[in-house]
Amino acid sequence: MAQVMMKDLNKKYDEVHAVKDVNLHIRDKEFVVLVGPSGCGKSTTLRMVAGLEEITSGEITIGDRIVNDLPPKDRDIAMVFQNYALYPHMTVYDNMAFGLKMRKFPKPEIQKRVQDAAEILGIQELLKRKPRQLSGGQRQRVAVGRAIVRHPQVFLFDEPLSNLDAKLRVQMRVELKRLHDRLETTAVYVTHDQVEAMTLGDRVVVMKDGWIQQVGEPLDLYSRPANKFVAGFIGSPAMNFIDVSLSDAGGLWAEGQGLRVKVAPAHATRLSAYKGQKVTLGLRPEDLRVASGGDPAEYTIDAVVDVVEPLGSEILLDLRAGQTTLVARVEPAVRAKVHETIKFALVPDRARFFDTKTELAI
Amino acid sequence: MVIEKRWKTWVFFYIPLAVFVVGTLFPFYWMLITAIRPDAELYRSWRAATNTPFWTLQPTLEHFRDLMAKTTFPRWLWNTFFIAVASTLISLFCGLLAGYALARLRFPMAGTLGTSIFVTYLVPPTLLFIPLADIIRNFQLGNTPWALILTYPTFLIPFCTWLLMGYFKTIPKELEECARIDGATRFGAMTRIIFPIAVPGILSAGIFAFTLSWNEFIYALVFLSSPERKTVPVGVVSELIRGDIYFWGQLMAGALLGSIPVALVYSFFVEYYVTGLTGSVKG
Amino acid sequence: MKKTIAGGAGSAAGFEVALPHPRTSQPAPALTRFLENEGLLAAVLLAPTVLLLSLFIAYPFVMGVWLSLSSTSVGNPGEFVGLRNFVKAWNDSIFRTAFGNTFFYTFWATVFKLVLGMWLALLLNRHFRGKRLVRASMLLPFIVPTVLSTFAWRWMFDPTFSVLNWLLYQGGLITTKLPFLSDGTYGLWCAIVVNTWRGMPFFAITLLAGLQTISPDLHEAASLDGANGWHRFWHVTWPLLKPVTLVVVVFSVIQTFSDFQLIYVLTGGGPANATHLLATYAYQIGVATGLLGEGAAISLFMLPVLFVVVWVQLRYLRRLEGA
Repeated sequence: MAQVMMKDLNKKYDEVHAVKDVNLHIRDKEFVVLVGPSGCGKSTTLRMVAGLEEITSGEITIGDRIVNDLPPKDRDIAMVFQNYALYPHMTVYDNMAFGLKMRKFPKPEIQKRVQDAAEILGIQELLKRKPRQLSGGQRQRVAVGRAIVRHPQVFLFDEPLSNLDAKLRVQMRVELKRLHDRLETTAVYVTHDQVEAMTLGDRVVVMKDGWIQQVGEPLDLYSRPANKFVAGFIGSPAMNFIDVSLSDAGGLWAEGQGLRVKVAPAHATRLSAYKGQKVTLGLRPEDLRVASGGDPAEYTIDAVVDVVEPLGSEILLDLRAGQTTLVARVEPAVRAKVHETIKFALVPDRARFFDTKTELAI
Repeated sequence: MVIEKRWKTWVFFYIPLAVFVVGTLFPFYWMLITAIRPDAELYRSWRAATNTPFWTLQPTLEHFRDLMAKTTFPRWLWNTFFIAVASTLISLFCGLLAGYALARLRFPMAGTLGTSIFVTYLVPPTLLFIPLADIIRNFQLGNTPWALILTYPTFLIPFCTWLLMGYFKTIPKELEECARIDGATRFGAMTRIIFPIAVPGILSAGIFAFTLSWNEFIYALVFLSSPERKTVPVGVVSELIRGDIYFWGQLMAGALLGSIPVALVYSFFVEYYVTGLTGSVKG
Repeated sequence: MKKTIAGGAGSAAGFEVALPHPRTSQPAPALTRFLENEGLLAAVLLAPTVLLLSLFIAYPFVMGVWLSLSSTSVGNPGEFVGLRNFVKAWNDSIFRTAFGNTFFYTFWATVFKLVLGMWLALLLNRHFRGKRLVRASMLLPFIVPTVLSTFAWRWMFDPTFSVLNWLLYQGGLITTKLPFLSDGTYGLWCAIVVNTWRGMPFFAITLLAGLQTISPDLHEAASLDGANGWHRFWHVTWPLLKPVTLVVVVFSVIQTFSDFQLIYVLTGGGPANATHLLATYAYQIGVATGLLGEGAAISLFMLPVLFVVVWVQLRYLRRLEGA
């Protein structure tokens, strides 16, 4: 039951500046996901919240206490690790009870809490086993159980699902979400998987090179990325980027790499300042669809099909258009053949533009 | 497997292996047969027709009886055992703490300290026994078990530290991080989580250290003087030879009995011992 | 504090508010606080080791250097004499013999241990019945107190009752007894044999551990490529085993070079001081005769060699860490 605040947070190792000026306010009961490629500082940030890394400068507040100088044990948090970190010499029960024993809870209380947590996670049968006798998914549950028995102020998750196989990962993802809805404890979750980030987070924090790139609700990040990196990182397959220059010829036109499309009137005012300059046009794969006769010609692109990837619920088309390659996500009913030339229509309002130099969204 | 002809297997495998086995074990057999052979047979001319060197028809325990009853041998056994256990415990204690610090904690000079400890591991006792004898005298420790209990760790601690450091590095860091979040101090995480997990490593180090101190010779030879204070190796060498006369039966009985404790410890924990042995050179 | 512990998911389904309240809110004792600091904890953990090692390794080492530069003997504090002890030792013919013996002994014993140990390791690396037992018994010479097993060898080399002489005589290989320990050259070779017997298992078991990390696929691939046994060893096994071998050899060289007990028991340095090693001669001068200064000087002659060996080892370790 607590908010977490990070103020001007920095972490420097000898030569590496791992976390740079991070400011983040995580509200009470919120589920916030830190996401980014490896080495982006997300884990370091989490570990500073946990007290496992010293803070180089800045301030972390949990609840209403500044915790900079508190050892991890006094921060009243719980953490789930990627490799589960179950104590191999203890039974599942003892693993889950360890934190309570360390805090000198009375025995009956410990028993009750462990039982309750085991019930929630469906691991009552496993309490007497040792970790090495468990499957990956079971270990994961125990690790989560060990965190929830303590009723901490904040849950910290460090890539907890990365060691699971794909199917189990999806299942556990749903369970974690359900668990959070039920426990209503503030949670900070680190992952490199943008799908996990989007599905779990109330808000998602995208990081890169130690900087926060954008903070926002999942769909906001998706539809209004703050910069080219976020646009490319969120969404799969990634957004298509085309370097174009803007010219004025009866409205604003984006032209480059052998393609020429008109800029939607909705964007035209903002973009007029960039007239004659280079910008990057971003098109999501699902915003390219096979054109029908009614589509206005200024919003279409001719492309040659390179590879067809039928996924069942949809088809991904790898396309060559002008001098660039694009990916389109189309209906399963579309019958596209390799080498076939198809006319694609784009959704003009959903096109994104980025300053080529600063990479910021326009 | 690469398949080969039968005779080749014999020539290149069974016969050499048999030679190795016989060569390795023969001295122990010879110890045994000498120890149970009556004196009359022991000192028979080697060209005598009745000479049967490899067995005896009149085995006797007389040498063992003499050894236990007429010499201070039982006392030496006890001394050796006590000193070996005490110095092993001290070394394990120091090695555990130091090994953990070097494997896990970040502090200035960590690298230098690790290297220094490794270098002391390679310093042989024979380089230092003369000045050390002087120091032992100055500390009033001469001719006491403490002279050995305190000096054996000088070659045991570096070894234990080195071995345990290697072991600690194989334990995921997250375990103690999790323990610290769960409410343990750094020290508590070390003693409650890491040490229990490291038990196999501790056993390896302990067994290896025990055999090393049981076998130590030069410090015991130099630092101890009265017969009842001696350890088995020194006692056998210096006390069982009266004047110029070697009582081979008794000597071999002593050698055998002095070897059995380590051999027993070893046979119970072969795997741990081998881990310690191979770990001692890897790190 | 109260709300932080008892709060959490108190109101959520499945959980009751945690009461009675646990006792975690006492301020941490000073010591606990102190030990949460990484550097301070490290200092505390390393203190006993550093203390013992400086007291009984560093201090004696410095003291040894001082002794070697002084005329100290038992009961006589002595004075500074510069390098006189070293010069005296160098001009002493027994010392020269001991010095040469040490190198000779170390070199041949190491060669034999390496060759035989490698051979044994290769044999033990195959599958056969009773392998565990054989492997375990092979280590016996290494774990039994050297002094005691050397006594058995001394008895086997006994001038009058040697079983080895008996065997050779019965086998028709000799007509008169070999003077095993009563001749300097024979004596040194005997010591090399015993040292090899004792140290070979260490080589074998360590190299075996190295061998077991080599994937059998490599051998199968090599034999498909038409390599015979010797080629397979030379081109596949040996290159992969070289790092382990180097480390084992370094350890063995240090131990053999500074060996004491084996010679002490087997020949006592005799006959006529012909089989002394540096360590046994240092003992004879420093302890038996009581000339501490001269004895310390003699054992310090070991230092340059040990230094080189340790240096090689450290460089090698660095390279491993760098890789």
